Amino acid sequence: MNTDEILKNIKDKFGSDVLEVFKKWETRANITIKPVSLVQIAEYVFKDLEFRFIIATANHTKKGFEILYHFSKDNIGLIANLHVILPVEKPEIESLTCLLSGANWIEREMHELYGIVFLNHPEPEKLISEGNWAEGVYPYRREFK
Amino acid sequence: MGFKEFCFKKSLWLFHFAGASCNNCDIEILDCLTPRYDVERFGMVLVGSVRHADVLLVNGSINQRDKSRLLEIYEQAPKPLVVVAIGACGCTGGIFAEGDTFAGPVDKIIPVDAYIPGCPPKPEAILAGIVKLLNK
Amino acid sequence: MVKKTLIPIGPYHPLQEEPELFKLYCEGEIVKDIKWETGYNHRGIEKLSEKKTYDQSFFLVERICGICSTSHPFAFANAVEEIGNIEITNRAKYIRSIIGELERVHSHLLWVGLAGHFLGYNTVFMWAWKYREPVLDLFEMISGNRNSYAMFKVGGVRRDIENNKIPQILKVLDLVKKKTDMLVGAVMDDPVIHARTKGVGILTKQDIIDYAAVGPTARASGVDIDVRRDDPYAAYPLVNWKVITAEKGDVFAKAEVRLLEMYESISIIEQCIEGLKKEKEGDINVKVKEIPEGWGTGHAEAPRGEVFHYVLSDGSNSPARHKIRAPSYTNIATFKKSCIGQTISDATISLAAVDPCYCCTERMAVAYDSKTGDRILNGNELIALSAKKTQNIKNQF
Repeated sequence: MNTDEILKNIKDKFGSDVLEVFKKWETRANITIKPVSLVQIAEYVFKDLEFRFIIATANHTKKGFEILYHFSKDNIGLIANLHVILPVEKPEIESLTCLLSGANWIEREMHELYGIVFLNHPEPEKLISEGNWAEGVYPYRREFK
Repeated sequence: MGFKEFCFKKSLWLFHFAGASCNNCDIEILDCLTPRYDVERFGMVLVGSVRHADVLLVNGSINQRDKSRLLEIYEQAPKPLVVVAIGACGCTGGIFAEGDTFAGPVDKIIPVDAYIPGCPPKPEAILAGIVKLLNK
Repeated sequence: MVKKTLIPIGPYHPLQEEPELFKLYCEGEIVKDIKWETGYNHRGIEKLSEKKTYDQSFFLVERICGICSTSHPFAFANAVEEIGNIEITNRAKYIRSIIGELERVHSHLLWVGLAGHFLGYNTVFMWAWKYREPVLDLFEMISGNRNSYAMFKVGGVRRDIENNKIPQILKVLDLVKKKTDMLVGAVMDDPVIHARTKGVGILTKQDIIDYAAVGPTARASGVDIDVRRDDPYAAYPLVNWKVITAEKGDVFAKAEVRLLEMYESISIIEQCIEGLKKEKEGDINVKVKEIPEGWGTGHAEAPRGEVFHYVLSDGSNSPARHKIRAPSYTNIATFKKSCIGQTISDATISLAAVDPCYCCTERMAVAYDSKTGDRILNGNELIALSAKKTQNIKNQF
């Protein structure tokens, strides 16, 4: 299965949940999706298409909190990002930890750095902030004029 | 001979505390034990608990969370104790001094007797630093 | 009733943001649960990187981890060059690969030594570290420093490997190859090491996929991934080599993968040197004017697995967002699978098997009594336990 087919599959299967598919080139792609359908799409990508989970990147931009879930299909070298945008007022999203244990730490880390809430996280304890900064302080948040 | 000289006359036992470091200094300290540098010929050994140590080697920048641990370690150590700050991070905070969680270089937290700069200092430099301290 | 014991391992373990305190909850000798606390080494590197220019960031990312101090700049360079669509010269590609593979050799030697130390085999420790020194000398000759080489920049490398240095490199490689043979013999044929490492700390293929583990940890469980082959970068597509995998997933398989990988690395370096001779000396840079707006994801295969960097550029001279994932970040989480159900004396080697950069047990165990009044062992007692088990097995042979 090549990159085009994979992207087309995702688009066909999830229809309106996929907002935008952007293929940078053969080995890099970005798929913007609705936050509500993250778990479904991630499950499809991880289980059916057999992608490997790499990591998630959170960022605070003018649009809100953006999270990129980086997945990789190793036999064709493709890195696909599942991109969700969360509103600043209510940064909440379903946790992926039940699907893959590898997302456990990074979700806790994103919570501490940005204050994004991961719903149904099985182990919502502190990871790196203990002793380093106070609870309720989110050091990676930005201020926009 | 003063009390301090008397205490440090014979084999020194070292305890190694690594703060928020990048591992280079840790590896170079451990390297001192291996055949090429062989610090044990001076009677120096790394020990597992600071309660047995004469020298406290501190490397890496110290972050907020390490700070309390470093103070705890320092209090547990038998005195007189020689503290050596190793590497650019231990001496000044180095490249991490601008970080959010940086709690100050080692000498802002506990008194330091010797500084061994370098990123990372070579094993020769670490040996030279400790020998210089002994001959002081 | 079986007495419950809490054993802390750590807390200092320095790789990016993941030095941590492991708490092994044991009943009798069996590890029942494992918990970790991190944050001792949080330096805010991702935030710091946003304050620095692309050129300065290279010095920062190579100080994420002293042992992987090529891999992080490698991945970062891949990411930035992807944004700017920059193609580097062949000579720079070869030099990058040579440095990357030399690092793998020295890192694997370091691991073999530490693994030996944790098993109570200090001879292996001293040997491996002794033969690691010539590799560090090579680094000193090439870059001027034993660690933190500062060789990388956007669009090429900072220093050339002049042709007159090549004989010395080949000489050292020859020596390392001979010594690797010796080490492989010592490790692979030793019945005691077999007894201590076979069937210990097993990770199945499913565990690896579930925990997103990478590198030798994954390859030892039969997951055939290697960024150098899957998403080729630098000179790796230009040379012949193969990915080493093993099926068992235990500590022995991990050791096997690492040791055999060293031969591949040496072979890659030799081929790169051949390639280097054909390119013009000094042709190591392309001119980079600016980094345009956009995003780039770069990854590179570090000795411990895939290093991943995501860089978001807003067109200015510093990254707008820089996300870093070091391999141990995912590998360490697999302890939950590999340690539970093992005895305490096997726990150290199971922990060391994923090569968490530098093992915590060597560092210290802060003896802060837990409120429950549980007995607390420190790192040295733990190594002593492990060494004792090896001694017992040795006596049987």
